[in-house]
Amino acid sequence: MIVLNQIRKIFDNGKAPIAAVDDVSLTVEQGQIYGIIGYSGAGKSTLIRLLNGLEKPTSGSVLINGQDISAARGETLRRARLKISMVFQHFNLLWSRTVSENIAFSMQIAGAPKAQIKARVAELIDLVGLKGRENAYPSQLSGGQKQRVGIARALANSPDVLLCDEATSALDPQTTDQILDLLLDINRRFGLTIVLITHEMHVVRKICDRVAVMENGRVVEEGEVIRVFTHPQKPITQQFVRQVSQYAEDEAFNPELANDLQGSVIKLTFTGHSTHQPIVGELTLRYGLPFNILHGKMTQTAHGVFGQLWLHVVATEEQLNNILADLQRSDIDSEVIKHG
Amino acid sequence: MAESNLAEQWFPHLDLDSLWAATQETLYMTALSGVATFVFGIVLGLALFLTAKGGLFHNRAVYSVISVLVNVFRSIPFIILIVLLIPFTKAIVGTILGADAALPALIVGAAPFYARLVEIALREVDKGVIEATRSMGARLSTLIFRVLLPESSPALVSGITVTLIALVSYSAMAGVIGAGGLGNLAYLEGFQRNHNDVTLVATVTILIIVFIIQFCGDVVTSLLDKR
Repeated sequence: MIVLNQIRKIFDNGKAPIAAVDDVSLTVEQGQIYGIIGYSGAGKSTLIRLLNGLEKPTSGSVLINGQDISAARGETLRRARLKISMVFQHFNLLWSRTVSENIAFSMQIAGAPKAQIKARVAELIDLVGLKGRENAYPSQLSGGQKQRVGIARALANSPDVLLCDEATSALDPQTTDQILDLLLDINRRFGLTIVLITHEMHVVRKICDRVAVMENGRVVEEGEVIRVFTHPQKPITQQFVRQVSQYAEDEAFNPELANDLQGSVIKLTFTGHSTHQPIVGELTLRYGLPFNILHGKMTQTAHGVFGQLWLHVVATEEQLNNILADLQRSDIDSEVIKHG
Repeated sequence: MAESNLAEQWFPHLDLDSLWAATQETLYMTALSGVATFVFGIVLGLALFLTAKGGLFHNRAVYSVISVLVNVFRSIPFIILIVLLIPFTKAIVGTILGADAALPALIVGAAPFYARLVEIALREVDKGVIEATRSMGARLSTLIFRVLLPESSPALVSGITVTLIALVSYSAMAGVIGAGGLGNLAYLEGFQRNHNDVTLVATVTILIIVFIIQFCGDVVTSLLDKR
């Protein structure tokens, strides 16, 4: 779907040339939500602007559906941009137009007939939940509502790719979650490929399938969100993971406190595949044993739950082995911390 | 009878017909030169904005040429500009007398001034909105007519209001050297014949015109501004 091949972007402002993007190669599959995370100045804004030709790479190529965006000019680029929409941190709505007129704008650019625009705008207003605000001006809307208009405008031409440039960074946490839910809903419903850049791990955790971590213009770590969360390799990635505070190491389980307990302590590690199994409940029913949850940190992501759970149970050696085998079948890593 | 006596007593030299004719001439000159100034000013202002450093079509040569021309014509005192443009006026209007003959000088004097105001107004348009428009695949014409001009419309209108008021005063100056209008009335009928009442009435009429322009400009500006 999207292939970035050895992209380099150098800004040469006289004295010292700066490599904003340095040898980045990425592949985004159709229907994926792909997150690019990094601190400001990491080059992620430049990177996402290479995807719709707002910036041209110094070297390398950007392929979207097989078309080389980095080489496209004039009318070719204009046509391509109709199918690559962008949502912005500061919404970038026209204050001189109402909600409906703002959404209609991208279709007017595409040259759609009036009747079609009218029908599609009504449909989109419904989709993004702005019914009743059609004739309001942006200045009369809250931040979250403005971003909904931005999203509706971006969806109007039924794009192949949606680029989100820090789309939730100007919003409060609650509104951020609502906008993320909306993006996830759009992705699931229409199979729309989304590339988003952010500096918040929360955003990546909540909706992304894959993530690339950027530092100084380079992608230093890349992979499935769950894998990056559970096994962050680079220090910067570990910092980002720590942002979502429930993974902070200092909140980890303290085995000292379990020393006095009779029986065994088992640590379960969920890595997303065993999403919706009531695993503790099943074990309780199967073995008739009371499992006691000592400590846990579980997080929901776009790919199911991951996290860790510490269970205390008084069981025989044989029961314990059976339990461990059951867990393995359910794709849950387990480790006996303390034998009873 | 009492009223007309009072009017004659206070304004013995005032001829209402010539006052009305002079007012019409002033309005004619202001309106026509205003329309032309608006058009030329927007074209020049857009050219300045687009070719400026960091603009969409950054072009140092084009920007410098327009910028120098604008600065030169904006700096020449209007009364001197009229004199300098006499050959030009004679060539295109055919005469150097009357309201029509004032138009070239009024436009050449006011359009560069308005062009700068247009450039400033366009710079105030949110860069993000321009970027968003480009990202949607807009043509340049779409960017200009659907984004740049509407998004800067309050400043464009308040700018043309200021310019129109300057044009009223320019037209009065042009009147002194033969273009007619209220300036002509105040100078020839009022000052030179020592009829202070005529000067006073002509001045008050000009003030009323200026107030009306300012009021209309303010109303339109606030109607356009949805921010």
